[in-house]
Amino acid sequence: MSSVMQPQLHSTADPLIIAGVEYKSRLLVGTGKYKDMDETRAATEASGAEIVTVAIRRTNIGQNADEPNLLDVISPDSYTLLPNTAGCYTASDAVRTCRLARELLDGHELVKLEVLGDEQTLFPDIIQTIEATEILVKDGFKIMVYTNDDPIIAKRFEDMGCVAVMPLAAPIGSGLGIRNPHNIRTIVENASVPILVDAGVGTASDAAIAMELGCDGVLMNTAIAGAQDPVLMASAMKKGIQAGREAFRAGRIPRKRFASASSPIDGTFF
Amino acid sequence: MNIIINGTASEYPDKLSAAELLRALGLADKRLALEINEEIVSRSTYDSHFIHPGDRVEIVHAIGGG
Repeated sequence: MSSVMQPQLHSTADPLIIAGVEYKSRLLVGTGKYKDMDETRAATEASGAEIVTVAIRRTNIGQNADEPNLLDVISPDSYTLLPNTAGCYTASDAVRTCRLARELLDGHELVKLEVLGDEQTLFPDIIQTIEATEILVKDGFKIMVYTNDDPIIAKRFEDMGCVAVMPLAAPIGSGLGIRNPHNIRTIVENASVPILVDAGVGTASDAAIAMELGCDGVLMNTAIAGAQDPVLMASAMKKGIQAGREAFRAGRIPRKRFASASSPIDGTFF
Repeated sequence: MNIIINGTASEYPDKLSAAELLRALGLADKRLALEINEEIVSRSTYDSHFIHPGDRVEIVHAIGGG
């Protein structure tokens, strides 16, 4: 055996745990808005994400029979798929979507619940989302819920049995960044389930800020898929998430109004 | 009989199983999920589940999405 001391690697072994499953990556990505399947595959790989959202939609009947299937590119064997109820405006449509997803993915119970309020803001309809949550929890689903940045509602979803709560940072696809860091921080401080920022991130520094606030992860799609070079942005986001997480764990210095010299004042020869 | 598949009315012979319908649509062996009249029809029952006139059939799959 070697007598060399192993250095303590503080940066390792910091898994994200959702519904009892450990993940190394704290970046979750969507698969929408890409140019083609190749770009979807390359950007998803570059992001290092292990949890990847998919949408459930009607199969094209009688056309494009040989078009590539998303699940051939984003295989359920390589990724944890997170079926998403995006596009649903009622609790009943969201529940139907989750049940279809479970059938499609052979009993898979982890879902992203998103029930929207209107097309302009894509803000969540909290009343409908709560109604869907009640039904889906009873039905055995493990729900990661998209919600607004209201700490009271976030806690309510946790109490109802959601396995993760995902407040928006800004409207979906807006790229406006973390609009209400104080609320996000309050949600994180109150929570005993993972809190992930879902929606609103525009660039890597936004992702880092979310993580510095103490979020357990970030879910994004447009910020990567809509970038001029999605694969490069996916890589940038991966690093932004890692940097923000390490900074959060390291504990930043307090902000002060005036300077504090970095070099000792003692021993000067002038 | 007339049934509605993914929102489109279609004419099919009577006594049609879910498995036969999917084969007729060229979707046998594809990764999909089937719902008839808002109830899931599980893959294991495709052979024994028969389609009825007026049934609303939804056939879905996974696509890219956030």
